[in-house]
Amino acid sequence: MVRKLAPYKDVRPFSMHSYHLDHLQHLETEAIHIMREVAGEFERPALLFSGGKDSICLLRLAEKAFRPSDLPMPFLNVETGHEFPELIEFRDRRAQELGAKLIVRTVDQAIANGTATPAPGEVSRNKLQIPVLLGAIEEFRFDCAIGGARRDEEKARAKERFFSFRDGFGQWDPKNQRPEIWNLYNARLNAGENMRVFPLSNWTEMDVWEYIKQEKLEVPNIYFSHTRECFRRGGQWLPVPPDHTDATKPDPYAGARPKPTEARKTMVCRVRTIADMISTGMIESPANTVDDIIGEVAAARVTERGSRADDKASEAAMEDRKKAGYF
Amino acid sequence: MFTEEVMPPPTPVTVPVDILRLNTCGSVDDGKSTLIGRLLYDSKSLMEDQIEALERSADITGGGQINLANLTDGLRAEREQGITIDVAYRYFATPRRKFIIADTPGHVQYTRNMVTGSSTANLSIVLVDARLGVIEQSRRHTALASLLRIPHLVVAVNKMDLVGWSEQRFLEIRAQFEEFLPRLDIKDVKFIPLSALNGDNVVDPSPHTPWYSGPTLLGHLETVHIASDWNLSGFRLPVQWVNRPNNPTDHALHDFRGFSGQIAGGIVRTGQKVIALPAGIVSTVKQIWTYDGPVQEAFCPQSVTVVLEHDIDVSRGSMLIGTEHLPGSSSDLQAEICWMHPRALQAGKKYFLKHTTHTVQAVVTEIVNKLNMSTLETEPAPAELAMNDLGEIRLRTARPLVFDGYATNRLTGSFILIEQGTNATVAAGMLLPPREVVKPENGDYVI
Repeated sequence: MVRKLAPYKDVRPFSMHSYHLDHLQHLETEAIHIMREVAGEFERPALLFSGGKDSICLLRLAEKAFRPSDLPMPFLNVETGHEFPELIEFRDRRAQELGAKLIVRTVDQAIANGTATPAPGEVSRNKLQIPVLLGAIEEFRFDCAIGGARRDEEKARAKERFFSFRDGFGQWDPKNQRPEIWNLYNARLNAGENMRVFPLSNWTEMDVWEYIKQEKLEVPNIYFSHTRECFRRGGQWLPVPPDHTDATKPDPYAGARPKPTEARKTMVCRVRTIADMISTGMIESPANTVDDIIGEVAAARVTERGSRADDKASEAAMEDRKKAGYF
Repeated sequence: MFTEEVMPPPTPVTVPVDILRLNTCGSVDDGKSTLIGRLLYDSKSLMEDQIEALERSADITGGGQINLANLTDGLRAEREQGITIDVAYRYFATPRRKFIIADTPGHVQYTRNMVTGSSTANLSIVLVDARLGVIEQSRRHTALASLLRIPHLVVAVNKMDLVGWSEQRFLEIRAQFEEFLPRLDIKDVKFIPLSALNGDNVVDPSPHTPWYSGPTLLGHLETVHIASDWNLSGFRLPVQWVNRPNNPTDHALHDFRGFSGQIAGGIVRTGQKVIALPAGIVSTVKQIWTYDGPVQEAFCPQSVTVVLEHDIDVSRGSMLIGTEHLPGSSSDLQAEICWMHPRALQAGKKYFLKHTTHTVQAVVTEIVNKLNMSTLETEPAPAELAMNDLGEIRLRTARPLVFDGYATNRLTGSFILIEQGTNATVAAGMLLPPREVVKPENGDYVI
């Protein structure tokens, strides 16, 4: 007896008997549809690519949506200046491999030209990414930025639309969002307004790792277990940044260095979620492979964002940043 | 082709089989958010830091008791006012299925949120307070679920603990529903007595309902049959994007011209005849291209790129269709709509209409009727349709739409209206079946 095979994945056991998609195929086709709506509806879209696991999935979805053509949008990344060097290397290499144009704008530039001003005493540059992102959108006249945010990450994100409208100040108004019905996305904008689009809205952390496994996607090695010197701050183990070698320039990781009073420990650890070095807690883990990570995610008893210092500020930390124009 | 004999043994399935999308709706204080919190809590889908955050907020607002509603009410104003402002999405999985829950609030802007939360749902849960029984909101929710053709409905009779777990009360409420259900278009309804607050019959069976032999809510969600919820008859591919690599060095790519989109109905096979509308030209499918390699066939709702034998005029907004189960094509349309904006619908006003991948100008020529939510009867020729009203309208579009009736195909039978100027999404529309279908036997359909 010959069985009917689902054309997408002839190795997955559960799609063989009918015209039915499994959960990853379902999420994938939804995300590809959204990517293509962006290409069809906007004149100058950009794709936010940080090198993190979610945006790695976005790149594969872009390939699935647009190949054999070139990807019809550049990549944009906002650097805080406190990045993991491994991530920067990975980001640049992936953009090159995919033949995409990579645009990088930095908090340092924004501070130097006065468009961003750090709050006195605040070491994290998380919030300073907002003016840099908005500046880049204005500089390149982007009308749409695709991001890898997921609704399962955080309570305020859970209220986000796929097509998230931002006014002339880049602000999100959660009380006045456009209703999103069926797969009909209202992408119309007036001058100065723009859209954030989140194709992974319906994906969970587990879906992301399962997709990385299914598609055999490369991820930066800091997601896997390694030995690293860390220090204790704000209830988390933060990574000790690389040494400052070039004395002619200011230390780029100045705020991210441990103080003498902060405890240090050499740990076998990895990152579960990546922001920059100053807001990414390392988790102790022996996970060496994607399968190991999937096992850890399945057994996890705290959420992914539990290791993000930027979200611990208050119950509404994400909501406040999003209203101001955050990713 | 694989045969039964050579099929590799199934790898251990650690991932769930499929996704069930559901939405919950109910009036204020029916306990929607509590029910979702209970589903997440009892199915062990909550993480320790989420439970800690709940406990922290309980100390501040709840007098020490954990308030499960705080799990879904994510915005500051919601926590302060104890209400849900907008549709919130929640995700959880059991070994059998993954679930996407849209939690839709039951107060102001109700229709708008309910339509948003349930337009993609396989299943809708209507919550009823066992003390109050069926109220206007319950009828409204059920009518909306029917109008949106949500395939499965669950009536969760909540707060059964407050009516002493009375079977008679449960049966009374069921009888109240059965009075108006025949007037609606819902094929699968399940009644479940439960207490979201205490967890009875949500994940675990309740010791208080020996008279109820049905499944728990989660048990039902895990097993309800959703495989046939997509339309697989009548191929439809609304073209989203024309894929033209224009690669000067690679000859094969230089001539590549594919039509990318998500299949909105039916199945397509290499070698089959398709008609490109509105051009009305017949061609043959030369290749179904995907990133993972060409495939022989593809089906709704897969995203593919179709290459045709002939070089014909197809662009974003065009639709490729099969030669059977033909759609309609018309500029004069009739539809049921939900109005979603504070500025009421005006007959004679121009709107943008987005249907599949096609946006055209449209004018509402007539408001045929309005649905009275208390009686579920229609009132003819109302002066306007205001926020949260449901009614039937006639429209004329600047260019013809290629469409199906919504009852046949949710994706090719639906549209939204966008107000010109503000770009606000003001209505969700469901097209009535076409009066006549396109006629491919006409000579002008041949290339």
